Amino acid sequence: MAETHSLQDMRQQAAIAAKVFLQRDYTNGTVCQFQTKFPSELETRIDKQQFEETVRTLNNLYAEAEKLGSQSYIEGCLACLTAYTIFLCMETHYEKVLKKIAKYIQEQNDKIYAPRGLLLTDPIERGLRVIEVTIFEDRSLTR
Amino acid sequence: MSQIHHAALDQQQQPGQYNQICTRSSSGSCAAPNDGSEPACPGHRSRTPRRKWQVFPGRNRFYCGGRIMMARQTGVFYLTLVLILLTSGLFFTFDCPFLASNLTPAIPAIGGILFIFVMGMLFRASFTDPGVLPRATPDEAADLERQIDSTGCSRPPPRTKEVLINGQTVKLKYCFTCKIFRPPRASHCSLCDNCVERFDHHCPWVGNCVGRRNYRFFYLFILSLSFLTIFIFAFVITHVILRSNRTGFLSALKDSPASVLEVVVCFFSVWSIVGLSGFHTYLISSNQTTNEDIKGSWSTKRGKDNYNPYSYGNILTNCCAALCGPLPPSLIDRRGMIQSDTPQTVSQTNGTGGGSYASTQLRSHMCDQDQCIQSTKFVLQVATTPLLHSDPVVLAPLPGKTTTLGGPCAYLAPSQPSLPSCGGDVLTLRDAAADSHCHHHLHHHHLHHHHHFVSPEETPCTTPQGALPCPAHLHLHPHLSVPTPTALYDPSSQDALHEDSVRGLVKLSSV
Repeated sequence: MAETHSLQDMRQQAAIAAKVFLQRDYTNGTVCQFQTKFPSELETRIDKQQFEETVRTLNNLYAEAEKLGSQSYIEGCLACLTAYTIFLCMETHYEKVLKKIAKYIQEQNDKIYAPRGLLLTDPIERGLRVIEVTIFEDRSLTR
Repeated sequence: MSQIHHAALDQQQQPGQYNQICTRSSSGSCAAPNDGSEPACPGHRSRTPRRKWQVFPGRNRFYCGGRIMMARQTGVFYLTLVLILLTSGLFFTFDCPFLASNLTPAIPAIGGILFIFVMGMLFRASFTDPGVLPRATPDEAADLERQIDSTGCSRPPPRTKEVLINGQTVKLKYCFTCKIFRPPRASHCSLCDNCVERFDHHCPWVGNCVGRRNYRFFYLFILSLSFLTIFIFAFVITHVILRSNRTGFLSALKDSPASVLEVVVCFFSVWSIVGLSGFHTYLISSNQTTNEDIKGSWSTKRGKDNYNPYSYGNILTNCCAALCGPLPPSLIDRRGMIQSDTPQTVSQTNGTGGGSYASTQLRSHMCDQDQCIQSTKFVLQVATTPLLHSDPVVLAPLPGKTTTLGGPCAYLAPSQPSLPSCGGDVLTLRDAAADSHCHHHLHHHHLHHHHHFVSPEETPCTTPQGALPCPAHLHLHPHLSVPTPTALYDPSSQDALHEDSVRGLVKLSSV
């Protein structure tokens, strides 16, 4: 059986069964946090603990990005003194953390979600409004 | 890509077929097969790939390939620019030489630094994305709509959500334009047609909204501008006084006429700009936005327990947070390339008005089918027997344009022959071919039996179709007087729904 050939075709044809959206959690103010409530549609696909762990880690990463600490103050003051030209050479702390988040999501998708027919979309691609979880059709059932 | 192949080969024995899912982000290499196909079909597909700013839905203007973002009306911004440049230019040209030579050269130096800072802050405030929230994708909007509909039983369903933030109840409103629930402190700018995070106000002087991402630049702009204005004002007056000490007041004015203009401009600017700076200093120290202050959202006049849940408690922390806090990146990815969606949805959405949603549409389709069959049976039961024998298809006319029961069954209800193809109010059924078949069917019978059902409510678009009965049905013409149920079975119609309803008719007519 020509595995690679059919897999490449199937990649394009992996049909989306549903999309679940995890909305933002505003109980701590305007800080970027997502609701950790486990959606019912994912019950058959993934372990609740695992999923909540992912969301909790994401929340922690976003909190780190927006943290008001000495590091962010120093960065802010330095930027102001250089009339914000310093950001032409270096990236902001927030951007660094966003890169970390992108890598984390990539890793989670590769290891945990793709084998189960799920795909997490990086919230930055949705304007930090939602975590979009795409549920793909279970082909094994339709065989 | 190779990672996925490896994973696939390792999991050959797995029952799941998920290893073919591309886990790269949408801007990654997953679109390779698509990119490969594009040059192959040069026809209408060979458009140059467009950047997202070119299709941005808000009322903004973009320059420098999407790097600069401003509001649509920029006239007042140019006025601001002209005023600052003119006044500063006159100051440096006419007053500074005298002051540098007579007092100290530090004056033009400080003036220069202030001027550069003011311009820098102005450009940053004007050209930066204020914190625009991108609009919801169709899937998200559909999901939200579903949630809203399921919770609210009142019509219209409530479009607000209440959240408890630091002990204070805050109402989140639903934005109809952007199809999202606005985060707290966000507001929709009607001039720019965008939802902006931590919306302060729309500033025409700066030619942009002032929001989360450019508030500090705006504040530093007005602060430095007030210093610059006071600086220029003070030193121009000094210059005139020093000159008039030597040569007299009037000749001093004649020697440097520009000073008069500068003094006038600065005098009027000082009041407004210094006032504005003071106001914003107050807002920053209490961590409020102009919007909240104007509405009195956190004022104690509203209630004794009303307080600002976003304030950090002390003035210093509030100031530091507003001015030196982390700068979030732009959420709208102006310079990103537009990607076409690669995975296909199970139930494809088509354009039935605004907001066609996949699964709800599928559900409503099923419900309509059930309704249709039920109502067909009901109607046939109501019809009298002689009528049934003579013409099994003729149904009792359903009054008016009922959108509840009669709507989805329009192609069987003779009083509404116009609905299916002419985009009436209800139909969500997608099989237009079947609709037109039934359409022909009905219309054909109308013509044959001279029924008064051919009502004036027929829209013009149906008549041409009805005037030419489709050839498939013509052979039924001689059979109509004979109640042969099988005549109703039009073999050319492939729609299962149609067959079901026809079977229903047949069963009833054979009573």
